[in-house]
Amino acid sequence: MENKAIVCKELTKQFGDFKAVDKISFEVSEGEIFGFLGANGAGKTTAMRILCGLSYPTSGEASVAGFDVYKQQEKIKKNIGYMSQKFSLYDNLTILENIEFYGGVYGVSRPEIKERSTELVKMLGLEKEAKKLVGGLPLGWKQKLAFSVAVFHRPKIVFLDEPTGGVDPITRRQFWDMIYEAAASGITVFVTTHYMDEAEYCNRISIMVDGRVEAIDSPAELKKRFNTTSMDEVFYELARNAQRAAD
Amino acid sequence: MNWHATPKEQQINMKRLLAFIKKEFYHVFRDKRTLLILFGLPIAQIILFGFALSSEVKNIGIAFQDNSHDIHTEKIIAKIQSSSYFNVENPILNYKDIENRFKDGSIKCAVIFSSNFGSDLQRPGGAKIQVIADASDPNTATIVTNYLTAIVNDYQQQLNPTAKLNYQIIPELRQLYNEQQNGSLNFIPGVIALIFMIVSTALTSVSVVREKELGTMEILLVSPFKPIMVLIAKAIPYLVLSLINFILILFLSVYLLHVEIKGSFLLLFAESILFIITCLSLGLLISNVTDSQQTAMLISMMGMMLPTLILTGFMFPLENMPWIFRVISHAVPSRYYYSIVKSVMLKGLGFEFVWKETLILAGMAAFLLTIALKKFKIRLS
Repeated sequence: MENKAIVCKELTKQFGDFKAVDKISFEVSEGEIFGFLGANGAGKTTAMRILCGLSYPTSGEASVAGFDVYKQQEKIKKNIGYMSQKFSLYDNLTILENIEFYGGVYGVSRPEIKERSTELVKMLGLEKEAKKLVGGLPLGWKQKLAFSVAVFHRPKIVFLDEPTGGVDPITRRQFWDMIYEAAASGITVFVTTHYMDEAEYCNRISIMVDGRVEAIDSPAELKKRFNTTSMDEVFYELARNAQRAAD
Repeated sequence: MNWHATPKEQQINMKRLLAFIKKEFYHVFRDKRTLLILFGLPIAQIILFGFALSSEVKNIGIAFQDNSHDIHTEKIIAKIQSSSYFNVENPILNYKDIENRFKDGSIKCAVIFSSNFGSDLQRPGGAKIQVIADASDPNTATIVTNYLTAIVNDYQQQLNPTAKLNYQIIPELRQLYNEQQNGSLNFIPGVIALIFMIVSTALTSVSVVREKELGTMEILLVSPFKPIMVLIAKAIPYLVLSLINFILILFLSVYLLHVEIKGSFLLLFAESILFIITCLSLGLLISNVTDSQQTAMLISMMGMMLPTLILTGFMFPLENMPWIFRVISHAVPSRYYYSIVKSVMLKGLGFEFVWKETLILAGMAAFLLTIALKKFKIRLS
């Protein structure tokens, strides 16, 4: 299992009779940008929570960064970054204080925090705003900052849960540039999204329907297989057979 | 959970905790509303309870109708005038005048001396004095008539220093632990309990729930920061702030309300830490079962503050309540803390007199903390 950032084998999570995640199997290579797609209620979030070490699977196997999801949750947590659809920085802390806090939580040393945060602020072009409260920043900037904070401790894998919700197309494009940069530096990116144009940016995508992975391949291959020119069509073809009502 | 972490890991954990606590303080000091609740409320409460909500009766409007104008009536009036309880208003003209002035509230009490008061005093049957009090507030009316009776009796005693009555009983009354009848004494332990409930319970629960609402809680749970550490990191700042508050209240009590701390300050401090831990556990428990700041606030306020106000005995005596309320009051933590503070602060008693209450509080704290931690774990899976 070398060079595999994430491995799932028949991973299942059951709540009573309800199989939220039903025997999913896939692998994600190191440095890959992996799109994890599916309609609301398809089981994406449940699967992601298991991979992040937030809950235990009912059956099946999975490893993240080489660590087992049953026994090594603590080690998984040290090696991943996470950013959710909800804004994840503190409004009444400044940019630098937010970075300092999350760096501290991940155990990054003080001099390193100082050095990297100066670098980061410069890279984002936020030098003037560095000591201002995050609450005053535009949403697009906040999301970019949240992503930078999620990869600040140089994790092996970063999980992005609908990171670009509510952001304008230009900022989304810039956001994806940042994702590419992160991937180029060796960070594996695991991203969920509802935007099909974003799915096109991924190296490979999986599409979940009713708790199962129905398709997994590169966007080009998927389009070829379903004989269409857009990912929208692919997604629609797969998702329309869903039995579960979206919540 | 790995409690046997290496020293290096422990050091990192410590740093994480410090980073978290620092962040919590930023939240508190940058939120004007929190600051206002934190420091404005204790000051406002002390002033309110100490001065405005005083149960003592002072400066009561009183008016006389002196139909005799002799040396005795004038001496009695002078005696009443010199007491700080009464404010002597213009003399009464007639009975109608009394009613009018009761109605507009300028006087609470009217005193009428019979004509020939002085000469009647020498005769068998004695002189008559009529006291009319406004009993729309029965407490005040009772206190006023008691004061007046005492003053008149006192004057009578002065007239007959060598008591002519054969069997005379003179009750000598002492109100122990509060001889000056300082009303604020009783309130301070209650106010301290109330403030701890607000700061430790309400603010803590709101601050945890806020992270849930914002979505930052998710980030924290995904991080290597252990869930239990999240709770500890949340609790420590509010423990510190509560203690600062405690000192602030004591300072105001001593220098503004002139309340003397009779017992050991150290004991008082230790008991307060115990009570704060109880309140913090309650706050964390509330935050675990709610998902919005409003709900958390509402539960803390209605569920915690009202029982503290009503069932601890600091506003309404527990002895007079129906049995069901007395039973319920045993489950209210502040009841025990209130009793401890009263014993230590006002009576100067030592630990041997409050160990029972301390034990009950410690038990409650342990119980609540265990449930809070358990609930927090359950929510994770």
